Amino acid sequence: MSQNKHQFSRIIGTGGYLPEKVLTNHDLEKMVDTSDAWIRERTGIEQRHIAAENQTTADLAEQAARQALNAASLTPEAIELIVVATTTPDKIFPSTACLLQQRLGNHGAPAFDVQAVCSGFIYALSVADQFIRTGAVNNALVVGAETLSRIIDWSDRNTCVLFGDGAGAVVLAASDEPGVINTHIHADGQYETLLHVPSGVSKKPVTDSLSERSMHMRGSEVFKVAVNTLSQVATETLEKNHIHPSDLDWLVPHQANKRIIDATGRKLKLKPEQVVVTVNKHANTSAASVPLALNEAVRDGRIQPGHLVLMEAFGGGFTWGSALVRM
Amino acid sequence: MSSIEERVKKIVVEQLGVEEDQVTADASFVDDLGADSLDTVELVMALEEEFDCEIPDEEAENIQTLGQAVAYIEEHCEK
Repeated sequence: MSQNKHQFSRIIGTGGYLPEKVLTNHDLEKMVDTSDAWIRERTGIEQRHIAAENQTTADLAEQAARQALNAASLTPEAIELIVVATTTPDKIFPSTACLLQQRLGNHGAPAFDVQAVCSGFIYALSVADQFIRTGAVNNALVVGAETLSRIIDWSDRNTCVLFGDGAGAVVLAASDEPGVINTHIHADGQYETLLHVPSGVSKKPVTDSLSERSMHMRGSEVFKVAVNTLSQVATETLEKNHIHPSDLDWLVPHQANKRIIDATGRKLKLKPEQVVVTVNKHANTSAASVPLALNEAVRDGRIQPGHLVLMEAFGGGFTWGSALVRM
Repeated sequence: MSSIEERVKKIVVEQLGVEEDQVTADASFVDDLGADSLDTVELVMALEEEFDCEIPDEEAENIQTLGQAVAYIEEHCEK
């Protein structure tokens, strides 16, 4: 284990995976009382990917992880830390990170899950970055993977139109130069019930109602706090680093709602062309949304080596955070 | 310095993408000006920013017209 005083982490590979099955707004019109126009106007969402019945979060995570490892030219055995951000683990235990580790054939690296809902990937990236900065490990596999479709009440038109399944991954490696310039993560538990699943493992459902085991969201309230909080954390990040918004090459925001993304972009005075948007095709994939969007823009050539990228996310808890990264 | 009403009207026109003469004191943002639930949230956020004052969610629900917005701001946010 190295002990380098000025060690940073750098993203050396990205990957992503979306399940084959696509559910369009028109498909949803047949399931609940909604319309394509209503969904598009309020969210910008046109379609979402849904995991097959036998496909789990670890399945999606594995695909994204292998792609990121290939891009990084790293074998699974060489990985020194595995962090998976998920709200929808395969099992109560072992962690999805351990299930992923088994599939990849890695033995001995620490592996654990991080639970910060839609901010999960930023949290996981922040955790892995600290491990590399301290010299505890030389590289890390960081995955955001979700099957949100499993905690959706598909008869609730307020929530079922908003979410999708998927996974995104990055490989971080130690570097003399950043890389991850810094991360800022926050939480405020007072907002518990604005966005939550009312029951879980220790808090058992009281009734058989599916509603108790499904996502609940107070949309307007969440929207307002999200827009205000995301612009605050973005401003905090830029000020701390003495960076002007115009210095940014890309904003890679959490993909929950096009109108939240637009409002945040406007507050930062970014041009729409500087913002990576996938919410129209992916919907909200929770912890997977930021790495999926990053991966898409890296692979289609928009994000180039040397570009300055601000990632940010907001989710249940509430939790929120940002990562400023030189690619 | 424009009046509170003029400043609020300007924000309503910008946020909802409507013509100024449509924004009468009693025109409902939702029923008459075509606002959806998120438009009204964004409108309240824009008012909060313009008048540097916080409008609680339960109060925001009662701001459905230009007249109601102006009355609320005159009472709580006047500066």
